[in-house]
Amino acid sequence: MSTQTDGRITDIKERYKGGVLKYKQMGYWRPDYEPKDTDFICVFRITPQEGVDPEEAAAAVAGESSTATWTVVWTDLLTAHEDYQAKAYRVDAVPGTGAGTDKEEQYFAYIAYDLILFEEGSIANVTASLIGNVFSFKPLKAARLEDIRIPVAYVKTFKGPPTGIIVERERLDKYGRPLLGATMKPKLGLSGKNYGRVVYEGLTGGLDFTKDDENINSQPFMHWRDRFLFCMEAVNRAQANSGEIKGHYLNITAATMEDMYERAEFAKELGSNIIMVDLIIGWTAIQSISNWARKNDMILHMHRAGHGTYTRQKNHGVSFRVMAKWLRLAGVDHLHAGTAVGKLEGDPMTVQGYYNVCRDSVTKQDFSRGIFFDQDWVDLKKVMPVASGGIHAGQMHQLLHLFGDDVVLQFGGGTIGHPAGIQAGATANRVGIECMVKARNEGRDIINEGPDILRSAAKWCKPLEQALETWKDVSFNYTSTDTPDFVTTPTTSN
Amino acid sequence: MHITQGQFSFLPPLTDAEIRAQVDYAISKGWAVSVEWTDDPHPRNVYWNMWELPMFEIKDGAAVIYELQACRKAHPDVYIKVNAFDNTRGVESMVMSYIVNRPANEPGFALIRQEAEGRVIRYTTRAYSQDTPSGK
Repeated sequence: MSTQTDGRITDIKERYKGGVLKYKQMGYWRPDYEPKDTDFICVFRITPQEGVDPEEAAAAVAGESSTATWTVVWTDLLTAHEDYQAKAYRVDAVPGTGAGTDKEEQYFAYIAYDLILFEEGSIANVTASLIGNVFSFKPLKAARLEDIRIPVAYVKTFKGPPTGIIVERERLDKYGRPLLGATMKPKLGLSGKNYGRVVYEGLTGGLDFTKDDENINSQPFMHWRDRFLFCMEAVNRAQANSGEIKGHYLNITAATMEDMYERAEFAKELGSNIIMVDLIIGWTAIQSISNWARKNDMILHMHRAGHGTYTRQKNHGVSFRVMAKWLRLAGVDHLHAGTAVGKLEGDPMTVQGYYNVCRDSVTKQDFSRGIFFDQDWVDLKKVMPVASGGIHAGQMHQLLHLFGDDVVLQFGGGTIGHPAGIQAGATANRVGIECMVKARNEGRDIINEGPDILRSAAKWCKPLEQALETWKDVSFNYTSTDTPDFVTTPTTSN
Repeated sequence: MHITQGQFSFLPPLTDAEIRAQVDYAISKGWAVSVEWTDDPHPRNVYWNMWELPMFEIKDGAAVIYELQACRKAHPDVYIKVNAFDNTRGVESMVMSYIVNRPANEPGFALIRQEAEGRVIRYTTRAYSQDTPSGK
C-alpha cells in the first residue's frame, strides 16, 4: 500500500477499494497544504472522542463538511475530487486544555475549502456545508466553529447591509456620538395605544430610537397594525417636539415571508425609517428582507434572538464572530452584539472582536479578541452594532470607552425604569452620553474620570442625578463562559 | 422650543473655549471643519447654508473660531452649527456636528396630519419659522 507521510493513500486501487478508510487515508488531512487566497478557511475547536487522534478528528471534520460519507464511494472518481475535498492543514492544542488541566483536550483545527464548493451570494449554502453535518458527528465529543476567513472573491457576491453606518447617519442627521435607544417594556401585554405612549415618552425625552422586543409580533393583546399605527403617531409627534429625526424599530417577524412583506409594506406606507427582524427567521428570509429593505430605503435592524443556542458554550456551536460575519454578508444594518458590562453574556475583549467584525473595512488578526484571520471586507457597508441588555446611565463612560461612537446604546429598563418617568430616563441617558462624548473629545481620561464627569452633569440635570442614584450598585460581574483561549507563546503544532 | 439636533443639544450652550476644544479634537484627527447656518431647522433640511468652504488641513483652531464669529456677525439670529468631515475611504462623511448658535426665539414645528384610507395617517412636519419667508 503506498501511503504518504500525511497518511494519504494515493494508489487509486487501494484508495477506492470498497470499505471504510480513515479520513486521513482518504486525503482530508493535508499538513503541507497552503490555503489559496480564494479558499474559505475555518478554524474549528474540536474535542475528539477518546482514542481518536486530533489529526484524524480534524480530517473527519473536513470530510464531513465537504465530500465525504462514512464509506468509500467510487463515484468520487467521476469528479476532480481532490478539489472538492476540504483540507485540514493544521491542528493546534488549545492552551489550558488536556493533560495537567481540568479540561478535556481540545484542538483548533484549520480547514480550507475551495471556492467551487459554495453557491455565490448564499449564506444558506455556506452554513449547510460548514455547520451542516459535523456538529453531531460521533468521533467528536464537541465542535465549535470559532472563526472563518471569507475569500474576497466570495464577499463580492453579496450586497451586504442595505443602508450601512454611514448612510444611516446621513439619513438620520446624527453624527459623532452613539445613538440611543430603548426596548419597550413590558414586552408583552400592552395595548397598541399604551405601547405607543412608551414610545412617545422615550423619544420625546431624548432617545433616537425605540424598539419592539423580539417576541412582539401580532398577539391577541396587540395586533401588528395597531402597533404600527400608534408607534408612528408617537414617532412623528416626538420628531415635531424635538426637531430631530426619530425612529421606532417595527418588528415585522412573522410566520411566513408573505406576512413579513405585508408588514414591511405597511411600515413603509406609514413613513417608518426602520424595520426589524429576529435572527430566528432564518438565513433565507434574512437575505430576502434585506433585498426588500435595499429596494425601499429602509434601515434593517437585526435582533439576534436565539443566538445563545449556537454561540454561548465554548466547546460546542458557532462563535458569534462567525454569525456576525455571515450577517454582514447577508445584509443587516443593526446587529445586537453584546454590552460586555450588562446582564447578558460577554467578555469585553471578545465583544470588541464582534464589533470590529461589524465595523471594520479590514479586520486584522487579533487573537486577544478572538479574531483568527485578517478579513478584507472590500468596501462592503458597515453594520451598526447594538449594545442592549441591563445597561444604565452610570456605565456611560465604560460603554463609550469600549465601543466608541458607532453603536446604538439601548437602555430598556434603564430608561423606562427611571423613578421620575420615561422622559426623565431618556433625558438622563442623553445627557450622560453627550457629556461623556464632550469630555472625551476634550482629551479627558473618561475611564477614570467618568463617574466624576457624570456627577458634575448631574448637578444641573436632575434626571441624571436620579438615574445614578437608582442604579449606583447595579453591575453584573459574572465570569464569562466565552473567552478567547490564547497565550502569546507559540502553541504546539501537530 | 429647543431643537435637539447635533451632538451636544442636551448640554448647556457651549462657550467659545468649549467650541474650540471640540474643533481642536477634530483637527487632531485630521478632519476638515466647516461652519453652516440656517433659518430653517426642519429635521429633513440637510443642506444648511455653508459659511465659506469646509476648511481642509487646518493647523489652528483659531481659524474656525474666527469664521464662526464672522458668521455670527453676519447672521446673528439663526441656527449655526460646526461640523467635522472625515474623508477616509469608507467614511467620507460627517463625523461631528453640533449647534453653536440659536435664534432668540425658536418657534418649533407643527405636526400636520392627513387622514388617509383605513386608519392610515400621513404626517408632515412644518417649521413655524417658514411662516416668515427667508430674509424677511
